[in-house]
Amino acid sequence: MSRLVLGVVTGVILVLPLLAPAYHVLLMLPFMAYAVIVLGLNLLFGYTGLVSFGHALFIGIGAYTGAVLTTHLGVRSLELMLLASAALGALIAAPVAALCVRYVKIYFGMLTLAFGMVFYTFLLKFYRLTGGDEGMQVLRPTLLGQDLGGIPKTDYLVGPYYYYSLAVLVLAGLVMWRIVHSPFGLCLRTIRDNPTKAEALGISIVRYRWSAFVISAVYAAVGGALLGPPTGNVDPTLAYWTHSGNIVFMTLLGGFANFFGPVLGAFVFIFLQDTVMAVVPYWRLIFGAILALVVIFAPTGLMGLVARRRPAEVARA
Amino acid sequence: MILRAEGVRMFYGDFCALDGVSVRVDTGEFVSIIGPNGAGKSTLINVLTGALKPSGGTVRFKERDISGIGPVRLARLGMARSFQLVQVFPDLTVVETLQAAVVSRLGRGTRVFAWLGRDSEVREGALEVAELFGLADKAHTPAKHLPQGDKKLLDVASAFALYPEIILLDEPTSGVSTRDKHAVMEILVSASKRLGIKSIIQVEHDMDIVFGYSDRIVALHQGKVLADGPPEEIRANDDVVNTVVGRKAGAFERGA
Ligand SMILES: Nc1ncnc2c1ncn2[C@@H]1O[C@H](COP(=O)(O)OP(=O)(O)O)[C@@H](O)[C@H]1O
Ligand SMILES: [Mg+2]
Repeated sequence: MSRLVLGVVTGVILVLPLLAPAYHVLLMLPFMAYAVIVLGLNLLFGYTGLVSFGHALFIGIGAYTGAVLTTHLGVRSLELMLLASAALGALIAAPVAALCVRYVKIYFGMLTLAFGMVFYTFLLKFYRLTGGDEGMQVLRPTLLGQDLGGIPKTDYLVGPYYYYSLAVLVLAGLVMWRIVHSPFGLCLRTIRDNPTKAEALGISIVRYRWSAFVISAVYAAVGGALLGPPTGNVDPTLAYWTHSGNIVFMTLLGGFANFFGPVLGAFVFIFLQDTVMAVVPYWRLIFGAILALVVIFAPTGLMGLVARRRPAEVARA
Repeated sequence: MILRAEGVRMFYGDFCALDGVSVRVDTGEFVSIIGPNGAGKSTLINVLTGALKPSGGTVRFKERDISGIGPVRLARLGMARSFQLVQVFPDLTVVETLQAAVVSRLGRGTRVFAWLGRDSEVREGALEVAELFGLADKAHTPAKHLPQGDKKLLDVASAFALYPEIILLDEPTSGVSTRDKHAVMEILVSASKRLGIKSIIQVEHDMDIVFGYSDRIVALHQGKVLADGPPEEIRANDDVVNTVVGRKAGAFERGA
């Protein structure tokens, strides 16, 4: 059943650029980038039980890595941008995670928030490298060595870049699927459910939390790198704490107890935000209300509502 | 000698919960710790399992100082425990819980991309323990949906799945009906034989069980060892009978 749904959804996404207006196809680009980001965030949130309010830091790392590579260093290959983002994300996450995972609950959340703030300020103040509050340009990357500079921007985005993003998302999803079904993934869930008992079974909670944090940061950085090229610009708001809040919102909205929940949440968030913003200027008000409703009436998110008929599956997801 | 505590003192603030406790456990022994509520039994278990660092004294496991080294390293050294207040993973099924223990024992937790469901060694290890503990027909029930007695059993079973050399059980049969307590004890004894667990230390209130299964009994009272010896000796000890065994004395003498 769920395989069928997944197959249909993938099919629709594959043919979408041929059927849908360019406007909606373009909206799919941030969706796919955020889908990668929240897949990673949920390893930490849904599977390890830690809520980070600072993951926009790693989105910023990825986005600015792409910008610096294309504008300052003359590197235009998207593959290199993604690899460099992943590597830099891991490099910065390693010490940040080592500090944060020693704390839990609100203290963990506040520490991640603090690191996010520090990085945001860095982006604002180190004008020469980052362009300050104006941000930086991201030049159009080459895809698999193909220089696509000659075609109009929209054609580039709804064509090659769209399928490239989709390929990255599918790959990221498959890798994450393996991770959560691995012995490692099981250890993360023991820690989420009961750290005391996990330790009694010889599972080192600090080590596993650290690993989950670093993996989630790599996902955020890769997704962040994908966010830049469609707009051609990155700015510090990518690393601002409200952005961290947005991805937590997506995860809650879709449902953190289900593997695909956060991806659904990212999709609904992006398209709803677009719709609401077109109608009223104060979309945050509407979104605040939605978030409150989700937390109160559907704590397992949209996926929880869909899957309610099969409680056993939810428990095992 | 596998485990030895010497002159252990444990303070909670000003309150002295353990006041110079010395105990030892030999390989192959089944030792019961008895004592009235608040005697310090759980505190002693926590000190012996490295969960609490004692304020004074030493704890040695296989000739190695383990005071306060923490549960993770102790599990690797071959010591496991279960808790007085039952500890399970609410959203994990019985078999997942046991798989987690087997994964930990085999050191496979670092396998980030391996497919757990296809690891037959882990699955069979988990199912074997589930069967030994009579939990096989509930293998796919999430722990939170188990009745209280089965939760307790799962807590114990997952500790057994680590194949420790010594296991410390804090009231393994609490919350289990008297009739089932014996069944649980039979499971513990046969499972430890089967899995090669050499020594068992348990905290237990049911004197029938204590006298029926123990090689040696340690009676604690107000943070001190009141008596330490084989069942016959403890039974003949008036101090113990008065402070610990109390009114139940008649019952166990009849039973024994
Ligand atoms: N964390 C703690 N902080 C303060 N006092 C404690 C703590 N844990 C136990 N105690 C006290 O220490 C004494 C021994 O407790 P415990 O070892 O749990 O006894 P038992 O398991 O024999 O019933 C009790 O008086 C208890 O109130
Ligand atoms: Mg106790």
